[in-house]
Amino acid sequence: MTDQDFVNSGVDRTLTKSSNLDQQDSAPSLRVALNGKTLSYKVSSGRTFYGLMARDLRVLSKNLGEFASRTAMQPFLFVFVFAYLFPKIGQGFSGSVGRNISFATILVPGLVGVAATMSGIMAVGLPLAIDLGVTKEIEDRAMAPVPVWLIGLEKIVFGAIQSLISALIVFPLVILIPSTPVQVHVANWPLLILVIFLACLISGAFGLTLGSMVQPVKIGLMFSLLVLPLTMLGCIYYPWSSLSSVRWLQIAVLINPMVYVSEGLRDVLTPALPHMAVWAFLMALIITAAVLLFAGLKLFTRRVMS
Amino acid sequence: MKEKVLQVVDLVKTYTGLRPVHAVRGISFDVMKGEIFGLLGPNGAGKTTTVGIATTRVVPTSGTVLVDSVNAISDPQNAKMRMGVVTQFNTLDRSLNVRENLFYHCRYFGYSSKEAKARADELLELFQLTDKVKAKPIDLSGGLAQRVQLARAIAHYPKLLFLDEPTAGLDPQSRLALWEVVKVLQEQGVTVILTTHYMEEADVLCDRVAIVDYGKILKVDTPENLKKSLGASTFLDLKFVETTADDLSKIEAMDEVMEVEQLTDRVRISLKDSNSVAIVIQKAVTMGLKDVSIIEPTLESVFIKLTGRELRD
Repeated sequence: MTDQDFVNSGVDRTLTKSSNLDQQDSAPSLRVALNGKTLSYKVSSGRTFYGLMARDLRVLSKNLGEFASRTAMQPFLFVFVFAYLFPKIGQGFSGSVGRNISFATILVPGLVGVAATMSGIMAVGLPLAIDLGVTKEIEDRAMAPVPVWLIGLEKIVFGAIQSLISALIVFPLVILIPSTPVQVHVANWPLLILVIFLACLISGAFGLTLGSMVQPVKIGLMFSLLVLPLTMLGCIYYPWSSLSSVRWLQIAVLINPMVYVSEGLRDVLTPALPHMAVWAFLMALIITAAVLLFAGLKLFTRRVMS
Repeated sequence: MKEKVLQVVDLVKTYTGLRPVHAVRGISFDVMKGEIFGLLGPNGAGKTTTVGIATTRVVPTSGTVLVDSVNAISDPQNAKMRMGVVTQFNTLDRSLNVRENLFYHCRYFGYSSKEAKARADELLELFQLTDKVKAKPIDLSGGLAQRVQLARAIAHYPKLLFLDEPTAGLDPQSRLALWEVVKVLQEQGVTVILTTHYMEEADVLCDRVAIVDYGKILKVDTPENLKKSLGASTFLDLKFVETTADDLSKIEAMDEVMEVEQLTDRVRISLKDSNSVAIVIQKAVTMGLKDVSIIEPTLESVFIKLTGRELRD
């Protein structure tokens, strides 16, 4: 209905209806105000959080195909070319991590880790930067009856969920596609769950931090300056210990949180590979998660409030 | 005595920085239940900052805001339960369709899925959006988008509805339609705070208007009283074949005339008494009067008078 029709017909009818409101026989179909209706002014934050989550999951479900193909494409091609095609055509990478371990095995934790980490950043960071900077769509959620930081926390949790889904999509690909044997063995399930939990949390919190910080016009720049180095220098395609021959780089990459996700997954998924000590990557993952969680919630609150 | 739904007390907001901006410099006002209260002023007067503080989105430098007796600054969560907000921007969730926008808004306010569905459908009916259920916010016209935003803002039965420049950028038709809806909402008992820089909007809609400029309220009253405060009841715009300085001084000398102002192509005079229109016109005819129009005092004239004085200070 156009506004013209609305003026001509609609409003008159609405007005008539509403003026009848006080009469007993007309049911107050126009419940706009609190007339005759008591609304509890106590809404638990949990319900609001659940509502925010339901909204995000709904949006995700609408774009599930798109999400899955976007998540799967890069690791699929990577594994296909380097772990299926290269061995078949006899082209290989030089160097060895010893013990006859295939490059495909090295890729398993690396590609699962990078898919999980990037997924949360993409799922939270990109839309949030646009929400906050351009469309202001966040306004309605900012007016939900919860503290602003809780709205940010929901974004982190949602990002973490997407991270987990991404990891689950990529895992079978990197196991099934390679033409060389892949040695995956989970010895310590609780540690696996802990590492994946921390990786997903870092991913969501990283997304919230970037989304609250980066201007929408700078998103392209952010990808070249941040996401690419995170990936290429994140010990995804090589174990950290093999960097010992380039000692300065081995130390420099320690500032990259991606390294600890890769090394952590290397320990829990492919224990045959050399990897960082458990205490080292666990401590680094916990500190990274805590810092990003704090920074993300703080920056988000500051962007929403002024 | 009527219930106060909004109390704003000594509100100050200074944005610190190299050159501090004094956006709000001590604003106080009360809004009564069922009222449409207008904040009228030019862009940058401090209206939006004031609304920002009341809607818990801006932290004030000092001062208090009580929304339905709840302190919006110390207890924003409870205050947010009691208010709905519509801004001039289309902030509808673009990833969702119209119905989902209403549905999830209800979910944010603690409704169960079933309750939210019922409320969303009720609102679609009420705001005559049933043929736009599946429409994407991005495909809606400005007027329709505002109607959906209004529906969304009142979905959780707020006691107080903030409309921040709700008709900015709308065509006249959509503006008229939105005014009608706001009037209906008022009849339903919703209290409305309206910020606008459209004088006519404030005049048509508001029960009381606060005129805001440079972060302060210059005057609060009904549009009627504000216009009366001009002193003149009627203005005449006179067009002459040729306007000479001699004619101007002759007009100024008339007993019936209070003030004379020369505008580009006409002369605007204010009369002490609306009964003297005929006399003045009669006299003006002898000076070569070409055209005449009678102008009722508007909030615009009030505003110019008030801010003009402020500027001269």
